[in-house]
Amino acid sequence: MALMLVKFDLKKRVKLAQSVWFMYWFAVLAGVLVFSMGLFFKIELRKRSELMDNNESHFLPNLLIFMGLIACGINTFGGKVCYDSLDPTKFAKWKPMLKSFLVFCVVFNALLFVTALLCFLMRIPLQFTLAEGLRNGMKYYKDTDTPGRCYMKRTLDLMQMEFRCCGNDNYRDWFEIQWVSNRYLDFSAKEVKDRIGSNVDGQYLMDGVPFSCCNPSSPRPCIQLQMTNNSAHYSYDHYTEELNVWKRGCRYALLSYYGGMMNTIGALVILVIMLEIAVTVGMQYVNSSLSTLANPEDPESESEGWILEKTVKETFTDIMDKMKAMGKGGKVEEGGEAAVATVS
Amino acid sequence: MPFMPVKFTLQKRVKLAQGVWMLYWLSVIVGIVIFSLGIFFKIELRKRSEMMDNNESHLVPNLLMLVGVLACGINAFGGKVCHDSLDPNKFSKWKPMLKMFLLLCCGFNVLLLLVALLCFLMQFAVYLTLAEGLKNGIKFYKDTDTPGRCFMKRTLDMTQIEFRCCGNNNFRDWFEVQWISNRYLDMSNDVVKDRVLSNVEGKYLMDSVPFSCCNPGSPRPCIQHHLTNNSAHYDYDHRTEELNIWVRGCREALFSYYSSMMNSIGALVILTISVDMAGLKYLCTALETMTDPENPESESEGWLLEKGVKETLADVLSKVKMMGKTNQVEEGQYVQSVVTQVFTDM
Repeated sequence: MALMLVKFDLKKRVKLAQSVWFMYWFAVLAGVLVFSMGLFFKIELRKRSELMDNNESHFLPNLLIFMGLIACGINTFGGKVCYDSLDPTKFAKWKPMLKSFLVFCVVFNALLFVTALLCFLMRIPLQFTLAEGLRNGMKYYKDTDTPGRCYMKRTLDLMQMEFRCCGNDNYRDWFEIQWVSNRYLDFSAKEVKDRIGSNVDGQYLMDGVPFSCCNPSSPRPCIQLQMTNNSAHYSYDHYTEELNVWKRGCRYALLSYYGGMMNTIGALVILVIMLEIAVTVGMQYVNSSLSTLANPEDPESESEGWILEKTVKETFTDIMDKMKAMGKGGKVEEGGEAAVATVS
Repeated sequence: MPFMPVKFTLQKRVKLAQGVWMLYWLSVIVGIVIFSLGIFFKIELRKRSEMMDNNESHLVPNLLMLVGVLACGINAFGGKVCHDSLDPNKFSKWKPMLKMFLLLCCGFNVLLLLVALLCFLMQFAVYLTLAEGLKNGIKFYKDTDTPGRCFMKRTLDMTQIEFRCCGNNNFRDWFEVQWISNRYLDMSNDVVKDRVLSNVEGKYLMDSVPFSCCNPGSPRPCIQHHLTNNSAHYDYDHRTEELNIWVRGCREALFSYYSSMMNSIGALVILTISVDMAGLKYLCTALETMTDPENPESESEGWLLEKGVKETLADVLSKVKMMGKTNQVEEGQYVQSVVTQVFTDM
């Protein structure tokens, strides 16, 4: 009793082959889409790798690129086979490969599913990488004269302006590190000496933030220095002031940006999986309908098409038996050879 | 002596018709591109209309959109005619309209040329509008509580950050304007009172710039206040300092952005003109001059103009003169006959 049996005459077979060929071309475009999404994601990670300590994992975009290429190849091949299926002579040369091709398609779909799952799960390691990278970024903000770190200030400033965020968790992170380089501090000034002397590590800490934290929507000119001192500025209360600097932390901003990107890519991969399943099922129908012709010489005879030749249970037990037989066959052969060797 | 004649066999005519049909579909796509460029330009002007005092002229983008739609229509019709030209029966129903269509195409090409010219010339208007608008923008920077101007600060800050510029001509424009609102000035403070009183108009001027002028590429934290006072900052010389704030003026930055956009659009429109008409003219004349009209495989000649350029111009001028004279002497049926004569002779 076959699974989802459908009767086919010549007209229906031709329609089936044409529609499956059409779907295969869409699937090729979907493969190109997956490839380009992987490429885009890789470029976005590369752009901000400084903020992630050059430590970010490129596993997911590389996997997407690889999957996209394979999808293109498989679907082009499937389209060619579908196109040839209308001509019995051409189809005869593809027939032997078709069963293994379909098995390969099923395995590929399972891999695509794993990729989609990874897209949703890779958010978690990214969170840790971002937290670590941003903390180091802020630490090296002042080192504009150290080779290898001289662009950290510019990268961090541009990032804070673009993503509208300040600091790691919030703007107070800037109060805990020295972000003004010693080259621009006047060590002969009493105020500077006092501040450094009063700090355990000898760092010049202040309750100020860089200019890139400023919010342009604020009605008053930006207050970046002496932020917690209400009397330093006219009509200013730092407890109620909300529009002066960005309130959001950069870790949260970057995470929501990359998280949104990965969610979209994961959703698109799931759509591609559904398309791939559809074309695999269609190809199986094409294959089965062309192999069960009532009269093999007459192309206009009727035939049957199915997804599985027997029911799901029977097919499963068949596969298990085959695997056991393969395993036993190996053991018996070894035993036989050993017996022959001992005899001779 | 026809202008640029070419001999055509059936095969050559078929090839010409197919090639011109493809060219027409390309032109339809180009028409769509011109339409979308017009929309893009309109959106870009709208985005920054505050910087231009809401005074900018939307003539060029509106014209581009109109021309794009017309181009699509005309080229789609031309493609249909080309497609039918391979079948003599179908082509015979288009034949009478063809001369009118070619005339319309010539007029449309003149319009395209006008639009391209406008793209290049309207840049002067944009420059002047920008200068005026930015000057007012800087003046209204502090008016974040005045309805209608409360977003000027935000717009100007984002423009300076995005285009990496400061002030109108350069950063010193900010020294001449009070850009801090009186609401945030402590009028009881002696320093503030001195500064306000020492100014003729009672404005609080200072040698500082807003934070959006800061250059993130500077190795040191941004110096926005007391810019001309070297002793206010450690190891600072305002004459040699180049990386601290943006040195470019916003008028120059915005103008170079808009002018490059208008130059590219103008160049594309000129390309559209040159891609357009010669092919169809060849095809139509080739089909008309078949030596044996019943045999589709006969040879024929195609040209751009029936006589030389000079002769054709002289012909057209004399026809126009005759038309004028006839109008004065007799109206009605004479005018009709002369007009048809002009069209059949083209």
